[in-house]
Amino acid sequence: MSKIITSKWSRRDILKAGAASGIVAGMPMFYMKNAFAANYLNDPGSAAAVTFGFNVPQTGAYADEGADELRAYKLAVKHLNGEGDGGMIHTLKPMSLKGNGVLGKKVKYVTGDTQTKSDAARASAKRMIEKDGVTMVTGGSSSGVAIATQSLCQEAGVIFMAGLTHSNDTTGKDKRRNGFRHFFNAYMSAAALAPVLKKNYGTDRKAYHLTADYTWGWTQEASMVAFTEAIGWKTVATVKTPVGAGDFSQFITPILNSGADTLILNHYGKDMINSLTQAVQFGLRDKQVNGKDFVIIVPLYSRLMAQGAGDNIKGIFGSTNWHWSLPDAGTKAFVKSFGAEYGLPPSQAAQTCYVQTLLYADASERAGTFMPSEVIKQLEGFKFDGAGNGPTEYRAADHQCFKDVLVVKGKEKPSSQFDLLEIVEVTPRAKVEYKPDNKFFAGGKLGPANNGV
Amino acid sequence: MENGSATKDFITLLVFAVAILTMPIWMAPIGANYPDLLQRFAIYGIFAIGFNLLFGLTGYLSFGHAAFLGVGSYTAVWSFKLLSMNILPALLFSVLFTGLLAAVIGFVSLRRSGIYFAILTLAIAQMSYNLAYSVLTPITNGETGLQLRNYDVRIIDNLFGKVATEGIPSTNLFGITMSGYSGFYFSAVVLILCFWISLRIFRSPFGITLRGIKSNQKRMGYTGFNTRPYLLAVFIISGMYAGLAGGLLAVTDPLAGAERMEWTASGEVVLMTILGGLGTLSGPMIGAVVIKYFENIFSSIGDQRLLEIFSWAPDGLQHALAYVVSPFVGNGWQLTLGLLFVVIIIFLPGGLVSGFKRIFTKLKPIAKGVAKKEAKKEGADTGEAGT
Amino acid sequence: MAAFQGRSCECTYSLIHYSPGLDVDAIFLQIINGLDKGAAYALIALGLTLVFGTLGVVNFAHGALFMLGAFTTVSTQALLTMSMKIRDTSITFFEAYKEVPYLQVWWGDTGKAIIDYAVPISLLLVIPVMLLIGLLMERGLIRHFYKRIPADQILMTFGLAIVLQEIIKANFGANPIPVPAPEIVAGSAQIGSWLGMSDAIVYPWWRLIYFLFSLLVIGAVFAFLQLTTFGMVVRAGMHNREMVGLLGINIERKFTIVFGLGAVVAGLAGAMYTPILPPDYNMGMNFLVLSFVVVVVGGMGSLGGAVIAGFLLGILQSFASMNQVNSIIPGIDQIIIYLVAILIILVRPRGLMGREGVMED
Repeated sequence: MSKIITSKWSRRDILKAGAASGIVAGMPMFYMKNAFAANYLNDPGSAAAVTFGFNVPQTGAYADEGADELRAYKLAVKHLNGEGDGGMIHTLKPMSLKGNGVLGKKVKYVTGDTQTKSDAARASAKRMIEKDGVTMVTGGSSSGVAIATQSLCQEAGVIFMAGLTHSNDTTGKDKRRNGFRHFFNAYMSAAALAPVLKKNYGTDRKAYHLTADYTWGWTQEASMVAFTEAIGWKTVATVKTPVGAGDFSQFITPILNSGADTLILNHYGKDMINSLTQAVQFGLRDKQVNGKDFVIIVPLYSRLMAQGAGDNIKGIFGSTNWHWSLPDAGTKAFVKSFGAEYGLPPSQAAQTCYVQTLLYADASERAGTFMPSEVIKQLEGFKFDGAGNGPTEYRAADHQCFKDVLVVKGKEKPSSQFDLLEIVEVTPRAKVEYKPDNKFFAGGKLGPANNGV
Repeated sequence: MENGSATKDFITLLVFAVAILTMPIWMAPIGANYPDLLQRFAIYGIFAIGFNLLFGLTGYLSFGHAAFLGVGSYTAVWSFKLLSMNILPALLFSVLFTGLLAAVIGFVSLRRSGIYFAILTLAIAQMSYNLAYSVLTPITNGETGLQLRNYDVRIIDNLFGKVATEGIPSTNLFGITMSGYSGFYFSAVVLILCFWISLRIFRSPFGITLRGIKSNQKRMGYTGFNTRPYLLAVFIISGMYAGLAGGLLAVTDPLAGAERMEWTASGEVVLMTILGGLGTLSGPMIGAVVIKYFENIFSSIGDQRLLEIFSWAPDGLQHALAYVVSPFVGNGWQLTLGLLFVVIIIFLPGGLVSGFKRIFTKLKPIAKGVAKKEAKKEGADTGEAGT
Repeated sequence: MAAFQGRSCECTYSLIHYSPGLDVDAIFLQIINGLDKGAAYALIALGLTLVFGTLGVVNFAHGALFMLGAFTTVSTQALLTMSMKIRDTSITFFEAYKEVPYLQVWWGDTGKAIIDYAVPISLLLVIPVMLLIGLLMERGLIRHFYKRIPADQILMTFGLAIVLQEIIKANFGANPIPVPAPEIVAGSAQIGSWLGMSDAIVYPWWRLIYFLFSLLVIGAVFAFLQLTTFGMVVRAGMHNREMVGLLGINIERKFTIVFGLGAVVAGLAGAMYTPILPPDYNMGMNFLVLSFVVVVVGGMGSLGGAVIAGFLLGILQSFASMNQVNSIIPGIDQIIIYLVAILIILVRPRGLMGREGVMED
């Protein structure tokens, strides 16, 4: 809450903005379509500022993750406007931003609460588009919300830069021309994990899946089953668990004498914390089956969530999009400026949101306009480096970023509350890449770009 | 209000209609004059008015009304997908289908009363929600929500040769696109119609019978009067209102998500109705506006916006004010909402409408310059939630 | 439709690989699990039905009381682990601090042991804290709503629940907070080998403790109501409040204490649940619906009914979640509780053990 004070907005700016919004509010009701003969929706025209929409969960189960995303967004806006130390603006290559806003316009932002519900997220995004006149919406901490918002932005005619969304569908069967995802996906997690699992646990394993019973859980499970079976593992059972079950014990007891020696938890967020905590309580990690130590795997890790699971995550493999302890220049610059601002390291959600904002701003700068179709052209096939993930490409065919994936393990002896995961391997991009028509992603079409007019 | 004559009712309707249709103007100063939120006001108004017919008139508390909202949305989206992007068949099917569903659910749950009825409806709605989220995904598209696609069949549209070009066509009423302000005005007209029907029901012998059931079902039973058909009828009407609201949600934004059916969504309409004034004509509408306003506007007030709001104050005071207010907006909007519930229910028993009434009765004599003291006495304990 | 892929194809996986070994061991485990879940359900519902039966108030803030109990334990843990901040030199990007609890600094291993026993220690705190919260709530708010319509009670208690959980969120964040059980009971009990069954049958110590704890609390509440004069008056008041009042007994005062008791029971249920379910601010809402279902299935205002319903629903849910059952009726684990609730309410008009005339007019 004390962060309010740090806002560098001068009183004059705010008065001006207030006056401007007063004028807009007083205009006739149909101003949106007619009053400005714009080439595209929410064209800032000759206004001194451009507005971005940050749509994150501020209430509900992912509120802390949303708060971290919002921190990253605010930091990105600062850096775009030439305040603070500039962060990744200095490390991202190529980079056409100069720290004077975007296209000479100061960057403003509006925020909204998705409540991790598709309905609320769309209502919030619509407010940003209809009332606040944003050119870009970004955010999300769940795939359902991201997909719903992405299709809204497509229909409305603004750009959507996805935040944390891990389902294959976001850039698979639900991909859209106006939507872009920097975060990795379930397929990549499985592809990166499989070789590490093989090395550590061998080829003769019997896996038991507990899967959150909704689309993300299913894509994650299908990917994990395919990749683990490719390394010779057997799948004993795949059990769907209700989302938000709280107590998972009734699903864990059948594992005990199922003959399985590996438990794969396709859960995220609170479900992951609860099922993992409870599985450990049931002694699964001390168990011996078929002469092997029983092991648990959590394919998608989040450090924020790992905190909730406490000691239970020690030694457990999983994957992550990014981690603050990486040694590259981009990561260092970002973590330094985030840490200086907020006193804690950023989460992977924060990183992806920060990078997405910078990438959009940079693409607009290069395009010379905020017109979605032009910005899309700049982002499609865009290759960049220095954002913390090594060389990265926004593939034109599906708007998915391709980059290295981190395989991580819960740290045995964490030195601080932030130091929970250790990086086991950086799986190179080539190992996790797939063709756009891969069976896990097939079925969708990007369709045409929409400028909203 | 109870003995309202025809003229009085007409004036009520007229005031209501004018108030709704001019919302884009008088909502402007509080930042709520954009199509999406206005649509939501109108649609959730319909939902709450329909809910009030059941709960307000009969006292039967349904805790699963959101199921009808969700089913209405799914039906409408399927109608867009399979038949036509025209909204009339979609709304027709939404209303009919939810009516049918309400008949079945009502038939089962109305066998019990009181809290048992509430739990029956809650259980049925939660079952629908859980299944829609998981097992029924082929029909509902689960977490992501049911969406329109390029390759949807749209039989009727295609019959008339309206082959879609690239991109997804928008919902329309014979060519008028139902997004933005046209969507709001359409919803507003439907809302006014629904309000009128609700008014007629309040005044009709049917409505009076329902109130009789509320005040004493047993006594009515002793006189040999069978209350069940009346209850079932109002349950179905109420369900159709919810289905219509769900259909309209899909009309203005063609996506249907499972979370529309969660128990919290059912709880929301209960809160709207009680907050505004249970059993009153306009209370539910007011409750719907207040709650949706908090959800959409209060939640969006971030630090930057707060400073803008307090820009009239001198620098130091500006930051101080922003600091004090910030826990109650943005991610704290629910805190404010919760406090509002508690405060209103303590100080304004009977909801906002009774509060307005009290202010009105207090002001009237002042305006006329007579007998102030008596009005004060009168205002003290009018817990008239049932009127 | 591409959406069809999801569930249907995974089902085939399970059919191919899973040989349904529905053996005695598996069933035995599910029974224990059901009893364990049932004990938790019963305990959570007990406070709710107690308050309802005596005060006639539909308390939507009951879940919040459960949550507050859990957060009393979290606070106890936070107090015990109050830490000295030591600059962490391993992190160079920004100023980071390692935290070492004062207790550990002062008393070494003894301090560590005290921290380890945070959950049991917190129970000493939970009872007075929850009693106080309960009394304040009843005197400050609930009391004014006895004569109001249930709709007003619902709005007020629901609003109160939101306020309470938002306050917790503002102080503790939205993420779950791990609260481990004492080290000594962290693992599982070898129930199988005790009983000469398969070694695979194990059950977490803490869950067994929770089970026994629930029985103890339930027993204590029953004993209190059945064996003491106070309980006798309260039970009489449950039946006919006016009559007891006419006898010159200050039933109001008694009811205040009953509400406090209900709050304590909810708080204890929440506090002891923390090692099983890392608490977060929203946990109360998740249990609210469930506890209402349990209470209604048992019969509003019936303590015995709530306990029986709790165990019944626990066992049924445990069995419905087995893969073998789910492959016959897909999704049954998602709806079993509600399905049973509907059936019971329809077959037995007032739940399992409800009385006539409660909450029906």
